[in-house]
Amino acid sequence: MITINVAMAVVLAVLYSVGFYLLLQRSLMRILIGIVVLGHGANLLLQLAGGPPARAPVLGTALPEEFADPLPQALALTAIVITFALTTYLLALGYRSWVLTGRDEVQDDVEDRRVAERERPEGSMEEDAEGPDDEEDPGSAAASDRTDEPAEVSGSGAAR
Amino acid sequence: MSTLVTLPVLLPILGAALTVLAARSARIQRLIGLMVLAAVSVVAAVLLVAADRTGPVVAELGGWPAPVGIVLVADRLSALLLLISTVVTLAVLVYAIGQRISDYGRETASTTFHPIFLLLSTGVSLAYLTGDLFSLFVAFEIMLAASYVLITRRTNASRIRSGMTYVIISLTSSLLFLTTIALVYAATGTVNLADLAGRVAALPEGLRTLLSMLTIVTFGIKAAMVPLHFWLPDSYPNAPAPVTALFAGLLTKVGVYALLRTQTLVFPGTGPSAVLLVLAVLTMVVGALGALAQDDLNRLLSFLLVSHIGFMLFGLAVYDARGAAGTALYIVHHITVQATLFLVSGLITRRTGTVSIDAMGGLARRAPMLAVLFAIPALTLAGIPPTSGFVAKLALLQAGATGGAATAVVAGFVVLASLLTLYAMVRVWVRVFWGTEKEPLPDDDPTDELVVGTARASRPMYAATVALVAVSVAIAAAAGPLSAVTEKAGSDLMARTPYIEAVLGREAVLG
Repeated sequence: MITINVAMAVVLAVLYSVGFYLLLQRSLMRILIGIVVLGHGANLLLQLAGGPPARAPVLGTALPEEFADPLPQALALTAIVITFALTTYLLALGYRSWVLTGRDEVQDDVEDRRVAERERPEGSMEEDAEGPDDEEDPGSAAASDRTDEPAEVSGSGAAR
Repeated sequence: MSTLVTLPVLLPILGAALTVLAARSARIQRLIGLMVLAAVSVVAAVLLVAADRTGPVVAELGGWPAPVGIVLVADRLSALLLLISTVVTLAVLVYAIGQRISDYGRETASTTFHPIFLLLSTGVSLAYLTGDLFSLFVAFEIMLAASYVLITRRTNASRIRSGMTYVIISLTSSLLFLTTIALVYAATGTVNLADLAGRVAALPEGLRTLLSMLTIVTFGIKAAMVPLHFWLPDSYPNAPAPVTALFAGLLTKVGVYALLRTQTLVFPGTGPSAVLLVLAVLTMVVGALGALAQDDLNRLLSFLLVSHIGFMLFGLAVYDARGAAGTALYIVHHITVQATLFLVSGLITRRTGTVSIDAMGGLARRAPMLAVLFAIPALTLAGIPPTSGFVAKLALLQAGATGGAATAVVAGFVVLASLLTLYAMVRVWVRVFWGTEKEPLPDDDPTDELVVGTARASRPMYAATVALVAVSVAIAAAAGPLSAVTEKAGSDLMARTPYIEAVLGREAVLG
């Protein structure tokens, strides 16, 4: 059983809470940074799982009792590579999303909204279907692609 | 024999490398993919026979003995799941090849599809075989990284939206998994599953519960357990049919397998687990009710997938040998039938030019073959005798009936969810296959692989679907020997000693 010191515990707490807070945001960029921060938190925790910092590396120059546990370091190294690669992929996806939709935002599932609206009375349907149009970004040409969708939603909903 | 255990991981990853090299020839790529998966199927079958006859087969990687080195372990459960997963992957690859031939022509090679497909298979094999918590994380990452690429290939606005959700949720659950591993290592000083089995028992009860709950949440997200399921019906339906079939068949089931393995080996309980029973009921009911509200055929199937994850959780929650056996049998049945249904849905979509159930109709007269191909897996999923679904559900119900009052009540929910599944399937049947014939809709977006033109389905696509239907019929026909294996797998899981003995040696069990 390993215990960690207060300073490291505080750092971890901050990393995890900031990471999760950012994950709950609507903007893709913030979510991405949230994933990165959370990844740092997890990797640091993995490091600390091997014992307190500032112990000798496994090079054979110190006594075996003074060695730092090398396994968590190997695990953290693997984990860093994996989180790094996936962050890059996520960045590329985020960029593609921005190119295609013209906005840096998590979007609603159109089909899900359609199913939800099917069950509601006629009156409330109209207001909700127009919700996403309020935050329209008129400057972007690609955004016009997106605006068709909510219109489709109210159209097929009314046909029902 | 122990070298054989490494092949299901090595062959696909080597195959993936070779398909990258052969990126100029579609024919060689196809050949490599098919041969690798066929070879892995044979290896998995041999491993299953060996594990059944002589106990778990263990390979120590790099010659380092456990618990220092990484071990690959094929016991009855993992060999069985490996076999059925590889067979399904092979069938899906045949279907995907057929679809690529009819969409892009015979000569179109791909630098991404074949390598990524084999990488996904590598990750799935490693997840089943690994005897080490960190390798399990790596296996999940290989599998998920491959799935990120498959789900976002040929991006359009809707696929990037759903792909984004999928990637972010999966990454979050992976980071939670990493946190769990760090905490487990800090508490016990090992990540070897067999070694953990002994060391976790020595921990204080509060800490043990915390670690156990963390693994349930981590694997719960991957398995799409309610209330952690929201990403699944949102992301799966947007991928092309073979990809969805593969994801629905394998990815969530690997999550269930990880849950089954860790909850029985590392965090053994005594008697039915209240938390898992409640989660199982929620998953079964929410999934089935969600399916009833859907109009999109793929979304309906996705919700049913969530619902049936609850069945597997129920077997685990009963927490005895019968329950574990029921879950194992259910996973085998469900991998096959869910993949088949998504493949059939792909064929239906090609016939009708739409995924909306309301826009289809009268298909039974126009495509009687499709009607048969849909009806058999649909009835299997609902669990009508004498299909494999009935056999698997019977095993679960028996476990529930003998497990005590609480599990008997939950067994009632199993029946309810089965009836709701049947209702959802009948609803699809009536709307899609009966009623007035409707004209197929035109293909409004030719670049989209999800809804492609109409009536263009090549022979391999039908052959693969028929083969999978045949596999699910074969599971029902071989129910006797199969449940004999799963019952032994269930008692192995509960006894824990065969696994620990195989990995750490006899002294570990006695001492």
